Amino acid sequence: MAIALKESEELYLKDFREFENRQAATAPAWLSKLRTEGMQAFAELGFPTTRLEDWKYCNVAPITRVRFQPAAYELDDRIQEWIEEISFSGLDGTRLVFVNGHYVEELSTVGELPAGTKVTNLAKAVTQSEAAAERLGRYASHKTHPFVALNTAFMKDGAFIEVPKGVVVENPIEILYVSTGGEEPWVAHPRNLVIAGQGSQVTLVESYVGLGDGVYFNNAVTEIVAEDNAHVDYAKLQSESEAAFHVATVLAYAARNAAAATHSIQFGARLGREEVTTVLDGEGAEGHLYGLYVTNGQQLIDNHTTIDHAQPHCSSREYYKGILDGKSTGVFNGKILVRKDAQKTDSKQSDQNLLLSETATINTKPQLEIFADDVRCTHGATIGQIDPESIFYLRSRGIGLEEARNLLMVAFAGEIIHHVKVGPFQRQLKAALLAKMRG
Amino acid sequence: MLLEIKNLHANVGGNEILKGIDLKIGLGEVHAIMGPNGSGKSTLAQVLAGRDLYAVTKGEVLYDGKDLLDMAPEDRAREGIFLAFQYPVEIPGVNNTYFLRAALNAGRKHRGQEELDAMDFLTYIREKIKLLEMDDTLLNRPVNEGFSGGEKKRNEIFQMAVLEPKLAIMDETDSGLDIDALKTVATGVNSLRSKERSIIVVTHYQRLLNYIVPDFVHVLSNGRIVKSGGKELALELEDKGYSWLDETVPANERA
Repeated sequence: MAIALKESEELYLKDFREFENRQAATAPAWLSKLRTEGMQAFAELGFPTTRLEDWKYCNVAPITRVRFQPAAYELDDRIQEWIEEISFSGLDGTRLVFVNGHYVEELSTVGELPAGTKVTNLAKAVTQSEAAAERLGRYASHKTHPFVALNTAFMKDGAFIEVPKGVVVENPIEILYVSTGGEEPWVAHPRNLVIAGQGSQVTLVESYVGLGDGVYFNNAVTEIVAEDNAHVDYAKLQSESEAAFHVATVLAYAARNAAAATHSIQFGARLGREEVTTVLDGEGAEGHLYGLYVTNGQQLIDNHTTIDHAQPHCSSREYYKGILDGKSTGVFNGKILVRKDAQKTDSKQSDQNLLLSETATINTKPQLEIFADDVRCTHGATIGQIDPESIFYLRSRGIGLEEARNLLMVAFAGEIIHHVKVGPFQRQLKAALLAKMRG
Repeated sequence: MLLEIKNLHANVGGNEILKGIDLKIGLGEVHAIMGPNGSGKSTLAQVLAGRDLYAVTKGEVLYDGKDLLDMAPEDRAREGIFLAFQYPVEIPGVNNTYFLRAALNAGRKHRGQEELDAMDFLTYIREKIKLLEMDDTLLNRPVNEGFSGGEKKRNEIFQMAVLEPKLAIMDETDSGLDIDALKTVATGVNSLRSKERSIIVVTHYQRLLNYIVPDFVHVLSNGRIVKSGGKELALELEDKGYSWLDETVPANERA
């Protein structure tokens, strides 16, 4: 049954009151306050419509029309086996496993970590960690962004990672969000918080993987803080199932001389929207944004990025690529904001797309807003087809048509995947890419 | 007879370029096809390799007794046809070694031979590279990316050596090469001459034929072979220039 927009928003309000009552006994006061702020903001903002510039090509009506229930989960052997198959860190690494948004302690492991490093689920962290209380909700803008507001209202669990000053975490931390579609559509609001202290270093891999063909909605928010001189590398795979909705907001904050890298890989979901905002808020900070979206069928995949150059001498590199087939639609909107004080900004952006069918669409838009005068900013967007000359060259050497196409697409996408630091995850991405291309 | 071309007509975008080519090539023979710009030399080479840019409107081509025009480009390659491109394509992101192994194994699989694993393949190409006195750093580079003109042409010959075709078609492999690069390429090609392999050398200039001496020379003009002869025909052409051809074409066929 389709639900009208207003009615949908009211249902979320109703759900919130029930959720609030259930959480009231255990939630710390600051968290209840934050959630209420989120709900109030959502009540004011409402769901975005395509009349808003930022949502012009991303009609979220299919999300608002569905009555989602809070996510429940069941763990069976099949799901467990499946998790072991997709997890690369295995039982001796560090991984946090969530099924339908719920933390599953028995499948999560914390391997050897340097002293003082905390890797835990957020529900636990909010009752124990001062840093969580201090930082949660400070970076992602729940007051202006409807889906962040909604997440803030309903957030319950997610990953919490805190790396103390000067500590280098060698092994990657894996965060796995596994979703199993059920009879009833469900929604989860995963919330991650990553704090990398001064001079620390950490690598994170987050995967959203869907099993089955049920309808569900993951509305995730990840806040990443890299304090002075810290290095954070965060790679995210969105491989939700075909009927799923996925909205994710990533906020990476880099202080003086810090480096924040994000990799946003979107293969799955019926509607996938990912916003990455990197704030370079200290001299010498560096931002790297990599993205890859591969779509087919009726998929709509939207990438919105903002790089906020707030201080001088910062650099940013942004490389996104898309491969679009069938009747799918892709969006890339890359905003680079260079504030008045951000002299000597060095910024490069590119978005390259391959259209494999005549019915696929890409809307790509670089957006530069520069208020400083001594800066170097370049940007470019390309849309093309697979080069027939290259195909013929490969075929003339005995390589079959399909393999030739795959080879060229993997090569095209490989330039993005290649930047992912974690070897096993890189291999996983290549395999997922091939599987996706073979439909 | 390895290759038999009968009355081949081909056009691109309705513009007829090949206007009835007849040519027979026996196993182990080296044929040079010469002709001025626009005579259809490169079109012929590309049509034989299966480039779909060109529409064949008439005629037939038998390769090893099989209907060549009915075969996909990859099947022609697997059956032993190799085209050395005039302008080899740069393929960023595809490693040369990976590409060559995929190509070689596609052919081996087609012939019912066992595919080579990465180790065996490496041993195999190291030999080839030594044979051609080539720089082995090109193996780990993406296919042709950033290669100089000479490197690209040498890479074509290297691929030919690896794939060991039955029929190699060299499309203006000499164009743009200085004399040293030309000699290297010619030495490579000569080392691949064999009783089991036929070679078609397409060229505008006689120069290459000083180094790769053909058994037969054909002159292509305006989409037809207007003259055939032995290697001395190339010298005659060099001497008299392509304008001399006009006098050899019957008056009623002159444009």
